Amino acid sequence: MNPQEYIAEHVQGLPRSGIRDFFAIVSEMPQAISLGIGEPDFVTPWKIRESSIFALERGKTSYTDNRGLLSLRQEISTYVEKHFGPTYDPRSEVLVTVGVSEAIDIALRALLNPGDKVLYHEPCYVSYAPSISLAFGQAIPVATNPDDSFALDPDAFEQAWEPGCKVLMLNFPTNPTGGTADREKLEKLAKFAVEKDLIVISDEIYAELTYEGEHLSIAALPGMQERTIFLHGFSKAFAMTGFRVGFACGPDWLIDAMMKIHQYCMMCAPILSQEAAIEALRHGSEDVARMREQYAKRRDFVVRRFNEMGLHCHLPRGSFYAFPAVSASTGLDEVEFCHRLLREAEVAVVPGTAFGPHGEGHVRASFSTSYEKLVKATDRMERFVDQVRADGESIPAAG
Amino acid sequence: MSDLLAMIQETRDPNPASLAKVLGRSVDEIEGELQTLKDNGSLLGWVPLVHPSKTDGDQVRAVIEVKISPEREGGFDRLAHRISKFEEVEACHLMSGAYDLLVIVRGKNLHTVASFVSERLATIEGVLSTATHFLLRPYKEHGHLLGKDGDNSEKPAVSA
Repeated sequence: MNPQEYIAEHVQGLPRSGIRDFFAIVSEMPQAISLGIGEPDFVTPWKIRESSIFALERGKTSYTDNRGLLSLRQEISTYVEKHFGPTYDPRSEVLVTVGVSEAIDIALRALLNPGDKVLYHEPCYVSYAPSISLAFGQAIPVATNPDDSFALDPDAFEQAWEPGCKVLMLNFPTNPTGGTADREKLEKLAKFAVEKDLIVISDEIYAELTYEGEHLSIAALPGMQERTIFLHGFSKAFAMTGFRVGFACGPDWLIDAMMKIHQYCMMCAPILSQEAAIEALRHGSEDVARMREQYAKRRDFVVRRFNEMGLHCHLPRGSFYAFPAVSASTGLDEVEFCHRLLREAEVAVVPGTAFGPHGEGHVRASFSTSYEKLVKATDRMERFVDQVRADGESIPAAG
Repeated sequence: MSDLLAMIQETRDPNPASLAKVLGRSVDEIEGELQTLKDNGSLLGWVPLVHPSKTDGDQVRAVIEVKISPEREGGFDRLAHRISKFEEVEACHLMSGAYDLLVIVRGKNLHTVASFVSERLATIEGVLSTATHFLLRPYKEHGHLLGKDGDNSEKPAVSA
């Protein structure tokens, strides 16, 4: 019996996650300091946890409406209108999902026929390309530029477009680069999306963690709400990763199509998580502001330290990741850099290529960790980088 | 609040070298600002944050509600200052409500605290009454939970 014969070909063809490989190594090194964590280091604010406990005590253990609790959808509608602009009908234009990951999956499955093409920027969150493949679509990655702080580049999308493109996926602020999208470029991209009749899936999970300027959703631009699926969730801004709750907002016909899949594969998001999400939207804004302030200070520290040690690092304008260039100044490719840094300095960062080939030469370092660990980790990295250079394995630091 | 004070409170590390590194400033600059903060009374000193029941041995603490007579000149101030000067007194606050001063007292044992209250505190002229409540078990000190919170050893060390 050959087990592989039984696995669907398109699943066999999925690449193994670079992060998973790295996780296996780091797991064996409990003394290592990890800057490889893709989630907040803050525990979910107590008032949010407590609301979930209270719901459990009241016996709220049932399924909910497939679309999610109406009270949550109403809160989502209010929150999105207040913070992002567009107005969505909670009864027909909002769908509560199990995290944004599920929303991406069902949005793509609802939209793509085999061979339909999806434009998305890269480096990007690890699930985008696999999710497109699993929906039998064709991924068309569009590079963002390190010299432009990995910001949105509408011209690159226009150049990458080809017949058969149906969907445009965005994630600003971006995991792993912290890149953002300013109004002018977003407007240009919106015009392009209308011209080419593209549906936009906009994953704005890091929107609240924007440090420079104000976040702008493409769904808020004229003519875009009708062709945009706005995705958001509670994991990052509210530090609720383990609750697994997110949502999609969009035109009723798109939400209906997503619902068809959601109702069969997921049924509904866990009710206790939905109860916690209601509390987060009603009373969590101060907690979000407090965490954002902390992340901003830590960002300034790690970016300064990376540049001091000669690892060129742009200032990420959002998210909680720094994305320094390591190869230009050490001569090591990003994978070797990460493996040696872990073995020799006991610091874990993630190779940029785990987020697509355009992450080459970079690593992702999360600054969602304590100052104490950030200071130690960057000190260790500095010694490691100095040693690599001293060993003559490197070329001089890039100016 | 200055960046320096905010950082000290967050990192709880008063080491000028560490603070200089985190804030991206020189050690001399940090030491100078610390001295200024001390001189102008903004920075009163360093208080190690310890777990009371793990470090105090048999020591006990009590919260005492004290009613006092206000005075024609100075109101409650003179008596409040006088009470605050006792070594046994950890904290003393003027309160709104049913009593005037909330006094937190620390002693070797219950008897010591009781003696302090009955022999030293209650006998001060102007102290009208006292009500003593002994602290039994701490759950949170200076904003720190004393039980485990957010402990998640199974959180992945690397994730997407």
